[in-house]
Amino acid sequence: MLSVQNLHVYYGRIHALKGISLEVNAGEIVALIGSNGAGKTTTLATLSGLLRPREGHIYFEGRDLTRLPAHQIVRLGVVHCPEGRQVFARLTVTENLRLAAAHRTDRKNVARDLEYVHQLFPILAERRNQHAGTLSGGEQQMLAIGRAIMSRPRLLLLDEPSLGLAPMVVETIFRVIGSLRQHGVTILLVEQNAYRALQLADRAYVMETGYIKASGLSQVLADDPAVKAAYLGG
Amino acid sequence: MLTPSYVAQQVINALNIGSIYALVAIGLTVVYGILRLINFAHGDMMTVGAYVALAALTALAMPAVAALLIAMLVVSALGIVIERLAYRPLRGAPEVAMLITSLAISSLIQNGATMTLTAQPRPVRLPAELTQRISALGLSFAVMDVIIIALAIALMVALTLFVQRTTLGIAMRACSENVRVTQLMGIDVNRVIAVAFAISAGLAAAAGVLWTGKFGIVDPFTGFLPGLKAFVAAVIGGIGNIPGAMLGGYLLGFAEVFFVAFMPPEVSGYRDAFVFVLLLIVLLVRPSGLLGAREVNRA
Repeated sequence: MLSVQNLHVYYGRIHALKGISLEVNAGEIVALIGSNGAGKTTTLATLSGLLRPREGHIYFEGRDLTRLPAHQIVRLGVVHCPEGRQVFARLTVTENLRLAAAHRTDRKNVARDLEYVHQLFPILAERRNQHAGTLSGGEQQMLAIGRAIMSRPRLLLLDEPSLGLAPMVVETIFRVIGSLRQHGVTILLVEQNAYRALQLADRAYVMETGYIKASGLSQVLADDPAVKAAYLGG
Repeated sequence: MLTPSYVAQQVINALNIGSIYALVAIGLTVVYGILRLINFAHGDMMTVGAYVALAALTALAMPAVAALLIAMLVVSALGIVIERLAYRPLRGAPEVAMLITSLAISSLIQNGATMTLTAQPRPVRLPAELTQRISALGLSFAVMDVIIIALAIALMVALTLFVQRTTLGIAMRACSENVRVTQLMGIDVNRVIAVAFAISAGLAAAAGVLWTGKFGIVDPFTGFLPGLKAFVAAVIGGIGNIPGAMLGGYLLGFAEVFFVAFMPPEVSGYRDAFVFVLLLIVLLVRPSGLLGAREVNRA
């Protein structure tokens, strides 16, 4: 479904991604793990068109996304739910959700997706007219995921959805990620919580300083002594 | 001197000037909110609007309403063209690059108008039904005064509804928070920015037409001073904030008119200095303007 080939990305003179290649198949959850600064967030930002690679290609269902503007990539079904939630604080919950569906023409499905979001996160229905800036961190993360759902993703790029959240909220979020897969959404997940990520994902890539260090089935990686030592706390 | 009717007269005057400042300030604030651009060429959109309306009124003998609409349309289109040619290539460049570009555009318009239309001020002769004076309750005002206030308020209501209710309006507000993330929602931000420029320029054109309608004269520098005052108004209200720009515009209109009306004639010549002193005082007390309080974003 997604095929990334030899991606090189620079921030000015800093060589942030040094030839990343990865594959995501339809229906999979694939995790991208690694320490801070390894290039996980940069990888997602490049896939969604926020950053331009200097070299390499990104193919989504055979289509070259490498030079497409970000909003068109969303319209093809590659939806990026960014790190740090990034909800629009001065828009209401409903406005945030409505904006994410603004490019869609299938009005009926939009209404159904909104119901689905409210069903996944009842608190968002309760707070629909509140400004997103007044929500708690966990509620903002729910809104960020709800917003991504409203864009009708076929491939969801999910960046650090559990960062800084209370354990109970983390449970909810991971449950929703599982349920999204049931609904046919393919997911590329970036997580600092490598343990949880490997539990949920089918496969994983391990990144380090701009390279892919290791890849494979999640269970295999979880038992790999080197991965264990570096990312799973021994 | 301070009879009730004199005071009421000044209030009408202040509402007139304030309405125009508010319209101009909104345009500045809308563009600033999204691009962080202080558009120095904004006042010149007033000038262009006034000339276009004048041409439509005299050369084409159009009715006043049509002249106003034509002016707004032409200048909106001009706003889109300027954004496309001058500001879009600078997207991502330091903000000061756009600011200097806007100064260049302002200079281009002022000098271009001087070269082609001469610096000679042109009288604007309004149709008689607009200059007609109405006397009621001991007050006397021109029909034009009422039109200025009514039209400005109608435009502001329309803009508020647009920004609050429509998807494009929501997208504009989203862009003013974070352009990058707005793209991730599938929104074509270039389109949103073009619309913001069109609205901004169109409102300035309307303000320019009203301004010359009130003062009866237009020259290549007509928009300069009201443009500068509108900037003050936008900053007083909290730049980037639309209700703030409206509030700032009216506050400035009242401050200015009352200063001249109620201060001794010897000091009333310092009106413009007074405006800027007012700005300094507001910024000392509230650095982000009256309504520009930083929103609390719980992370």
